[in-house]
Amino acid sequence: MSERFHDICLVVNGEELRERVDARTTLVDFLRETLSLTGSHVGCEHGICGACSVRVDGAVVRGCLMLAVQCDGTRVETIEWIAETDEILDLQRAFIERNALQCGYCTPGMLLSAQELLKKGGVPSRATIRIHLSGNYCRCTGYQAIVDAVEAVARERSGGRASE
Amino acid sequence: MKIAQDSPPVLSALDRPNSYIGRSVPRPNLGRLTQGRAQFVSDISLPRMGHVVFLRSPHAHAIIRNIATSAARTSPGVIAVVTGAELAQVITPWVGVLTHLKGIKSAPQHAIAIERACWQGEAVCAVVAPTRAQAEDACELLEVGYEELPAVTDPETALDPGTPVIHPDLGDNLTFERVHVAGEPDRGFAEADAIVETTFVFGRHTGVTNEPRAIVADWNPGEQRLTVYQGTQAPHMMQNLFAKHLGLEEHQVRVITKDVGGSFGIKVHAYADEMAAVALSKLLKRPIKFVADRIESFVTDIHARDHRVKARIGVKNDGTITAWEIDDLTGIGPYSVYPRTSGIEANQIVNLTGGPYTCPNYRARARVVFQNKNVMCQYRAVGHPIATAVTEGLVELAAARIGMDPLEIRRRNLIADDAHPSSGPSGIKFEALSHHECLAHLDAMMNYAGLRAEQQRLRAQKVYRGIGFASFIEVTNPSAAFYGVGGAKISAQDGVTMRLDAQGAVICHTGVTEQGQGAEAVIAQVAASSFGVPIERVRVITGDTDNTPYGGGTWASRAAGIGGEAAWQAGKALRRNVLACAAPILQAKPDDLDVRNGAIVDRGSGNERLSLHELARIAYFRPDTLPPDFQAELVATRHYVPRKWPFAFTNGIQASYLEIDVESGFVTLLKHWCVEDCGTVINPQLVDEQIRGGVVQGFGAALFEHCVYDERGQLLNGNMADYLVPMAAEMPDIEVGHVVTPTADSELGAKGAGEAGTAGAPGAVMNAINDALRPLGAKSLTEMPFTPARVLAALGKV
Repeated sequence: MSERFHDICLVVNGEELRERVDARTTLVDFLRETLSLTGSHVGCEHGICGACSVRVDGAVVRGCLMLAVQCDGTRVETIEWIAETDEILDLQRAFIERNALQCGYCTPGMLLSAQELLKKGGVPSRATIRIHLSGNYCRCTGYQAIVDAVEAVARERSGGRASE
Repeated sequence: MKIAQDSPPVLSALDRPNSYIGRSVPRPNLGRLTQGRAQFVSDISLPRMGHVVFLRSPHAHAIIRNIATSAARTSPGVIAVVTGAELAQVITPWVGVLTHLKGIKSAPQHAIAIERACWQGEAVCAVVAPTRAQAEDACELLEVGYEELPAVTDPETALDPGTPVIHPDLGDNLTFERVHVAGEPDRGFAEADAIVETTFVFGRHTGVTNEPRAIVADWNPGEQRLTVYQGTQAPHMMQNLFAKHLGLEEHQVRVITKDVGGSFGIKVHAYADEMAAVALSKLLKRPIKFVADRIESFVTDIHARDHRVKARIGVKNDGTITAWEIDDLTGIGPYSVYPRTSGIEANQIVNLTGGPYTCPNYRARARVVFQNKNVMCQYRAVGHPIATAVTEGLVELAAARIGMDPLEIRRRNLIADDAHPSSGPSGIKFEALSHHECLAHLDAMMNYAGLRAEQQRLRAQKVYRGIGFASFIEVTNPSAAFYGVGGAKISAQDGVTMRLDAQGAVICHTGVTEQGQGAEAVIAQVAASSFGVPIERVRVITGDTDNTPYGGGTWASRAAGIGGEAAWQAGKALRRNVLACAAPILQAKPDDLDVRNGAIVDRGSGNERLSLHELARIAYFRPDTLPPDFQAELVATRHYVPRKWPFAFTNGIQASYLEIDVESGFVTLLKHWCVEDCGTVINPQLVDEQIRGGVVQGFGAALFEHCVYDERGQLLNGNMADYLVPMAAEMPDIEVGHVVTPTADSELGAKGAGEAGTAGAPGAVMNAINDALRPLGAKSLTEMPFTPARVLAALGKV
C-alpha cells in the first residue's frame, strides 16, 4: 500500500503546504476536506458542471478531474484567496448589483471562468461570453444576468471601448 | 450595465417615507456567496461525524433475499453497517396520502428498503465510516441476494389485469383518480365548427440542483435533542416529520437551514435516505452526514412531469372556444411521496387546464398509477407547464385549423380584465387577472407585426422561424387549502418577529427560507419600509426552527406574498411599540410621532426628535427614567395567512421566437418575452430574475431534459453528461414586462412570481416550433422534449 499515499508540496492560496495524500483524492476533495476550503463546490463529479473550478498555476481547471497528487509543485488558488486579493472586486460587485446569482452554488466557478475570459482583454460579444461560460452550469438565473454582469465589467475594464 | 430599473412608484398605503417597496435593492446575502464564504450543508463538518453511504438496488423491482455484511463490517474505518430491518427499530415508516385527495392510496415506505426494493436506486443497506471514501470502499464489499421481480414501467398498461400489482395489499396499481365535468362539454363539442384532437406527452425530468441533497444529523443523548442541518425549503415541516417518525416531540428537534444550493421543489419532500441519516444519528449517537452524489441524485431526487394527456378542443369559425376535454395519465413510481403526495401534479392539471379562458364546458380525467421507477412529486410550477402546454397547444392548433391569428383567438376567449371575480372551467376562483392588458403589452413589446413580417420574408429564403405564445395562470400564496385541509402538518401561515437591538438596528426572524429567490432581501425591504429604518439597519434570520416563528418555508411562490405581509404587519406593530415608548420620553402623543429613516420624528414636520439608538439605550439601560407604569416592548411578532382566497392566482403571457434548421432538426431559441402580473412588485430585479430563471427551466423541459428509462426500469442517462440541462450558449435573452394588479387579501398586495416562467415557457416553445414547421407540412410536435430527432421525424426525414 506504500504507493497509495504520496507526499506533496504545493502552494495553496499563498501558503506553502506539505501534505500526505491518498492517490485517489481529487483536488477539490483535498481542498474541501483536508484544507477546509469549502468555497469550491462539488456538483457533478465528472467535469461537466464547473462548480469545482479552481486555478492551478494560473489556469482554471476542474477540481474534480485533477488529483491532489498531480498538484505537487504547483500553485493552487481558490475563490477564497482570489476574493481576498481583490483581483475580482469589480466582477463580484457587478454580480451583486445585477443579481447574477441566486443560490450561489455555481458562483465561485462562474467568477473564475468569467475572470479567465476578462483577462484576455477587450469587450467580448454576448455570444462569446455565453460560449465561454458554457462549461459552468447555473440552474437558477437562466444566465442572462451573468452575461450582463460580465459584459459590464469588460466595458469598465476597457474604458468603454467598442465591442469586438 | 443593465441594472434593473426601479419601478415607477405606486402610491398607496405602502408609500411610506424611505420606502424600499418597488426598488431593486441588492440582496444582503450575496457578499458571502461571491467570496466562497457561504455555508452549504455539504460544507458542514462536526466532531465525531460519520459519513453514510447507501448501497442502492440495481434492480427496478426485486426481493432482497439476504445481505452479507461481514466483509463490509471489517473494512477499514467502518463504524456501522445497518440494514433496513435494523434501522426500522428507531424510525417508523410513512404513507404519502392526504385526505383531500379523495381515494389516494399508497404503501408504507421505509427509510431503507426491507425485503423488497421497488425502484432502481432505492437504498437497501447503509454503511457509516469516518470518510465517504471509506464508506464507499466498504459498500463494495456488501453482497445482496436479489430475486428480480417483473418491473411495471409503462403507465399505459399499469392498470391492465395482466400487469403485476406492485403493492398487492392495495389491490391495483391506481394511486389516485379524479374526474371533473363542468358546464356542457358534449353540447360544446356538438356546437363546434371544428374539433382538434391530439395527444401531448411530457417527458420525465428532474430538478438537478447544483448542490445535491445534503443533511447532517446530530443526536445528542445528553440533551435528548436532535439538531439537523438540512438543505430544505420547509424546516418546520421537516421538524415535525423527524419528531413523528423517531418518536420525539417537536421541541426536541431543531432544523437549521443555511445556504441551499438550489431547490426548485426538489428539496421540499421527505426523502428516505435523509430520514435514514437522521435515524442513524439516533441509533449511533453521533453526527451523521449524507450528501447525495450526482448519480444518486438522478435516481432518488424526485422526478416530475411524466404525463400523457389526450386532449380535445372545440372551436367555432369565429374563434369562440366551445369545449375542452383532457385525459391525463401519469406514472409516479412505487410510492406516493411523503408528505405532499404524488397526486398533486395531476390534480393541478385538472384544476388549471383551460384556466385563462371563458369557455366553461370541460371534461377531465386524471389517473395516477404506480410503477417501478424513481418517485415523482412536486417540482417547480407543479402541473402548470403541462396544463399550460395542453391548453395553449390546443388553442394554437385550433387557431391554425380555422385560419385565425393566434393572438386574435386569445383576444376572443381570454377572461375579460373587468370580469372579476371569476372562475375557471374547473371551478378555481380568480380574484383579479389582467390577461388582456398583458397580451397588449406583449404585442407591443415584441413588435409582433414586425416579427411576422420578418418571418415571412425569411421563409422565402428557406429560413424557418416560428412564433409561439402561451397565456398562463399561476397558483401562488397558497392558503391551508393546499395541504393543511388534507391533514399535512405543513403550515400555510407564516410569521415574522422584529426586535429592536440595543443600538436601534432591527433583527428580523422569519419562517420563510432563502434558497436563492431573494427572500432575505424581500423581507428586509418590507421590514425596513414598514418600520422606518434604512435597510442596512435590518438583519434577517431565516432557516432555524429554534429561532424563527413557526412557518411553512419557501415553496409555491409564497415567501414574498405571505412572509412579506407578515413582515409588513410586524413592522407596523414594532413601530407602534417604539412610539409608545418614545411618547413619554418626548412628552408627545404616539399618534403625533413616526419612525422614519432610523429616527423618531414629528409626524407632521418630519423633524427628528430622537434616534432609535437613544430610544433603545433608554428602554434597555435606563428604564428607571420611564413612567413607573410603562413597560417598553421593543419586539413584535405578526403572522399572516391568506383568508379571502384559497390561492392568489397570477397571470401573464409568454412568447417564443426561434429558428429551426430543417436539415439537422436543431432548434435555436432567438428571443423570449414574458409579461406577467404578480401584483405589487417588491423588488423588480428579483421578480425579473425569477421569471428568467423559471423560463430557462421551462426551456430545459421543452428541448433537453429527459430521464430516459428502458422497459426494465433502468435509468439510462443518470449523469450530467447524458442528461442535458440548458447551458449559457444556447439560451436567448429574455425580456420581461409587468402589469400590476395587487391582491386585496393583504395590505402589501404581493403575489408570487417563482413559477410563472416555468409554467409558460414549454408551451410557448412548442407552439413556436409548430408555427415554424407548419408551412413545411410537418406533423404537429406534441411530445417533449423536442429533440432534433423528433423534429426530423415530424418533417418525415427520419
